[in-house]
Amino acid sequence: MSEKSDIVLSVKDVTKDFYLPHEKQNSIKSAVVNLFKPRNKEADTQHALRGISFDIKEGEFFGILGRNGSGKSTTLKMISEIYQPTTGSVTHKGKLVPFIELGVGFNPELTGRENVYLNGALLGFSEKEIDARYDEIVAFAELENFMDQKLKNYSSGMQVRLAFAVATHAEADILVVDEVLAVGDADFQRKCYDFFKSLKKSGKTVVFVTHDMSAVREYCDRAILINEGKISAQGTADDVADEYLKLFNKSQGGSQGADDEKRWGDGRVRISEVSTEINRTSIKIKVALTAGNDSGMDDVVFGYKLTDSDGHLALGGNTLNCQQPKHLNFKKSETKNLVFSMPNILGNGTFSLSGTVRLSDGVTICDDWRNMAVFGNARDEGHYPVVAPATLEVL
Amino acid sequence: MNSQFVKKYRYSIILLRELVRTDFKLRYQGSALGYLWSLLRPLFLFVILYLVFVYFLRVGSDIPHWPVAMLLGIVLWNFFAEVTNNGVTSIVNQGDVIRKINFPKYVIILAGSVSAFINLLLNLVVIAVFMVINGVSLTWLAFLAPLLIIEVYAFALGIAFLLSTVFVKLRDINYIWEIVMQGLFYASAVIYPVALVLAKSELAAKLLLMNPVAQAIQDIRYVLITQTDTPTLVSVAHGAVWMLIPLGIVAFVLFLGAWVFKKQSPYFAENV
Repeated sequence: MSEKSDIVLSVKDVTKDFYLPHEKQNSIKSAVVNLFKPRNKEADTQHALRGISFDIKEGEFFGILGRNGSGKSTTLKMISEIYQPTTGSVTHKGKLVPFIELGVGFNPELTGRENVYLNGALLGFSEKEIDARYDEIVAFAELENFMDQKLKNYSSGMQVRLAFAVATHAEADILVVDEVLAVGDADFQRKCYDFFKSLKKSGKTVVFVTHDMSAVREYCDRAILINEGKISAQGTADDVADEYLKLFNKSQGGSQGADDEKRWGDGRVRISEVSTEINRTSIKIKVALTAGNDSGMDDVVFGYKLTDSDGHLALGGNTLNCQQPKHLNFKKSETKNLVFSMPNILGNGTFSLSGTVRLSDGVTICDDWRNMAVFGNARDEGHYPVVAPATLEVL
Repeated sequence: MNSQFVKKYRYSIILLRELVRTDFKLRYQGSALGYLWSLLRPLFLFVILYLVFVYFLRVGSDIPHWPVAMLLGIVLWNFFAEVTNNGVTSIVNQGDVIRKINFPKYVIILAGSVSAFINLLLNLVVIAVFMVINGVSLTWLAFLAPLLIIEVYAFALGIAFLLSTVFVKLRDINYIWEIVMQGLFYASAVIYPVALVLAKSELAAKLLLMNPVAQAIQDIRYVLITQTDTPTLVSVAHGAVWMLIPLGIVAFVLFLGAWVFKKQSPYFAENV
């Protein structure tokens, strides 16, 4: 078994610079004016990618992770040959179809039918090939009675359904999928993920870009993490997903990733460190609280809550309502480390942690920090290692 | 060989067909007469111009079949204008798609030119009708007309490739081109006979006919409509060798346009 032969996509030492003039020179006047201005070329250049290399093997489900602005979308466009690398090379074998957006080329003035053929042509299907799949596509989109109506008369949900139906019938050797595909209502998201599952089952090579760690753990075989234009981690999906979450958990006192605008309070006792440890059976939330150097503080209460990606409360607690309630009294500049441990009864999803430091009067807020850390939880469906504490009566 | 060609350009051919078809569908979107307008528009334009030039202005009344010759010129000019004017903005107009998927970009320009060409063919049908009504008799020279149309097509295509590339970075170019086209319209002897210019100055007529559009239009008139009183570059400059100048311009513009477009098209996605 030769290792080399089954590599279907290879990215070698790719860098990508975008030249961003402060004022875009798209008129003669500004071009002439700027001609005489000294220009700092380095300051105007954005290094989106700084030397990225990886190989993807046939049949792999490959994840590309990264925060907003990390360069993962640029990588995606590079793989899809939409952008050219500044240096380095990207090569692939077989037919590659990118889904950066659904319904590329859709025209509102055309009918549903005409748009299927137009979108199909962009994905490389001849008229005959679409003819052969047309009924299937329409049935999948559940739009049998609407195909001769103009697209502008479709609801947005219908448009997405139609676009998705065409996309799922695209036959490619390599599929490049952006997570934006999984937009829409719950029913549609489920359909998307069913589609991913079927791709995985059929052994297609898929490059998948996402923020959703539970999806990464569930579908991807391997993944890379891109941070500031470089690969900062690569390996199994689980490992890389953990690294990704560390990016957020490392946040200290309002470094990147933490939402500083959602933090307020008088600051007499502050949350100075946050981290989370999640595995299949347990959750640990570790926080360090530090009192200010003006005075000590008594009767301090720390509370936390976990919210899911929709912002709904999943669970929460504080230093008084746990099994061994603690009253926290701080001396000047003292730091206390708290560790909350609980069984992991959360379902699939991404959760964010918020914390509040308050006094027991219930009025004074010292530090209220929303979304100070984010983590993902992956569950195999139908298989729960931890069950929620429940009582059962048989009547 | 042939199947290899088809394989290599399969995607381009599929896209070209679909884009041309879309363009035609959208063009007469929602109109009751639909495609008929492709014939009706030139027809009514001709009737109006015919009345104006034959009964009021009386330009070129001494040239046989001048109204038909003029209409032929207008049809060819419109083709040239449609390819170039639409070409300038076409890449930027498709920016949304270019940013989402990789495909051969030249197909966009080709598709625009093909639908303009189909329009030209429909217009030529109307011209043919007028030629019959006017009693124009065809000679063997008519077989040269397709070659001359190809010349206009190549010139327009070269300009479209060049300008669409420049427009991605410099948005002033469509205004500049609008002005150039105004000038070129009068420098292409579309609505006046070249014989008028020749009567005033031989040099002016010679220079005028060095312009590929003027030369091609005049030559098509010569081969299709009448050889009398239809001065062409060859007859004005006394030598077929002079043809090398307009043909050279066409070849130069086509190659320059194709080269610039090919060089720049990989970067359209990040620049549009």
